[in-house]
Amino acid sequence: MTTALNIAFMPLVDASLLIAAHELGFADQEGLALNLIRETSWANIRDRMVVGHFQAAHMLAPLPIAGRLGMSSLPLDTIVPMALGLGGNAVTISTRLADVVAPDAGHLSGLDAGPAGRVLKNSLAKFEKDMGRKMVCGVVHPHSSHNYELRYWLNASGIDPDHDVEIAIVPPPLMPDAMAAGSVDLFCVGEPWNTVSVARGHGHVFTTKASIWRSSPEKVLAVSNRLHDQQPETVAALVRSLVQAANWCADPDHHVQLAELLARPHYLDMEPKYVMAALSGLFHDIAGQLVAVPDFFLPAQRLATFPWQSHALWFYSQMVRWGQTNWDAQMVERVKQTYRPDIYRDALRGFGVDLPAADMKVEGALADELPVGSTQGRLFLGPDGFFDGLLFDPSAFAKDGGGA
Amino acid sequence: MWHGAVTSAPIWHEVCFDIPMASDTLSVLIVDENAIRASIIEAGLSEAGDVNVTVVHGLHGLVAEIERVSPDVIVVDLEHASRDLLEAYFSISRSVQRPIAMFVDKSDPGWIEAAIDAGVSSYVVDGLRQDRVKPIIDTAISRFDAFRRMQRELEATKDQLAARTIVERAKGILMRSRDLSEDEAYNLLRKSAMNQNRKIADVAESLISAADLLAPGDE
Repeated sequence: MTTALNIAFMPLVDASLLIAAHELGFADQEGLALNLIRETSWANIRDRMVVGHFQAAHMLAPLPIAGRLGMSSLPLDTIVPMALGLGGNAVTISTRLADVVAPDAGHLSGLDAGPAGRVLKNSLAKFEKDMGRKMVCGVVHPHSSHNYELRYWLNASGIDPDHDVEIAIVPPPLMPDAMAAGSVDLFCVGEPWNTVSVARGHGHVFTTKASIWRSSPEKVLAVSNRLHDQQPETVAALVRSLVQAANWCADPDHHVQLAELLARPHYLDMEPKYVMAALSGLFHDIAGQLVAVPDFFLPAQRLATFPWQSHALWFYSQMVRWGQTNWDAQMVERVKQTYRPDIYRDALRGFGVDLPAADMKVEGALADELPVGSTQGRLFLGPDGFFDGLLFDPSAFAKDGGGA
Repeated sequence: MWHGAVTSAPIWHEVCFDIPMASDTLSVLIVDENAIRASIIEAGLSEAGDVNVTVVHGLHGLVAEIERVSPDVIVVDLEHASRDLLEAYFSISRSVQRPIAMFVDKSDPGWIEAAIDAGVSSYVVDGLRQDRVKPIIDTAISRFDAFRRMQRELEATKDQLAARTIVERAKGILMRSRDLSEDEAYNLLRKSAMNQNRKIADVAESLISAADLLAPGDE
């Protein structure tokens, strides 16, 4: 018997797992028929999940948390049984901003977040003087990893994201247009929208999410709580099919085929070459040199689909840090209940997948790849560092709001 | 602070109805890229009550327009790309200006469902009397529904036209290759469709593809 599921996605490279699961038969093997529906806004995905149009969705990792904490305008009751990979975003600056930072960027090669942030900080005053206004930074949603990682990077580079710049909300597919129109000077968005902007001649990739925080969380699979209550086996089957799809996506031999799938009109609707940058991790820096970004987008490697509760708590810590909500012990519990590593483990136990023993880890602690405690003892994680070398201790944060 | 980034050309106009502008006139902003649908909703709202309607099509200048009009009710097409930026804007303006809530009554899930099914979302200033706002949202929902039905019928008509063209081409191929009359060609198509349990248009399409493959350059 086949179970049909309506699943929403936004046109982004990290929808790969869902698209591959559907197109390559991984869902079919688990008895699932995925009906993938492209949406135009995260708000639509939320609302249509609330009324039951979708049973699951490709979602910004902080959104299910914000929904659980009562921060969205409709009550979103979803759980996160798995992540849809790590990384996948980049920061792009407009050609006009690039002209301002260029004299200072002569010695800047590569796409490392530290030097890029210092150059930006040094150019800010000149940019404001030339333009007669603050620099405008685009992110895709107030509750997005883009917003939090951009703020993290700006702040650690000496730029106050609340006072020194303006932050604007632009949906991912409109980001290149917004840059072309001059309404954003810098943006943080998922691929392929950085590559599209560069190809149109309006911007340069400046740094990447992988450089700001290596192996960092991005999109998740959000599943309606109703579906999990009524059909836990269906959720487990979906997790298994997506983990298999993730392994397929991670194989470089499949990247050309994956790019062609993603490029189809029903999905991203563009030429496959725009998708390849994210899959290969190859981007041009501001000086025009081709740079191989380590771990730009990880669909499966380093347990990229495991829903670490420390990721959820980091997002909550950033919501608190930027004044979107307060720290509260009960809210900590609700955040942890949103991410469900137990469902992930139950779905994959007995399928030869090495599973970690812990639900949380100190984020940013691994400078190198290291073995961690797991069911089969073959699991390696890291590197996972923040570019400024700080750590996030989820236990300390959960205890009293510290640890960040 | 958050502000709306802009991407397309500004197209907006304001409609004032022939009713005296009383202080209790509701101000409604319609955000819809589809100009025809927007005007249908606009006309519906004028029948529904004492309202002052402004329409915005694109993203450009949307936030400035909200600040200028200071609407009591905002009606947004679900397909409009502005929703995330609108909500981000409201979440900030909630504390500084007039609070804005989504939908009128969260306690009525059926109503929210009807709106989302119809493809419309709305934002309402907190504290407005329910009986004043409900007719406006109900009108918007019913007009969106009507528009969707109309679109569906139009699509069906288009499909029928396309199917007819395909059948005509397939008939032409059969008439030439098998030396059949028009009626005979049509009957052959119909018979194959019945035998294969397929639509005539599908059989015709397969026949055209096969003919294209077998005789490139010739129909």
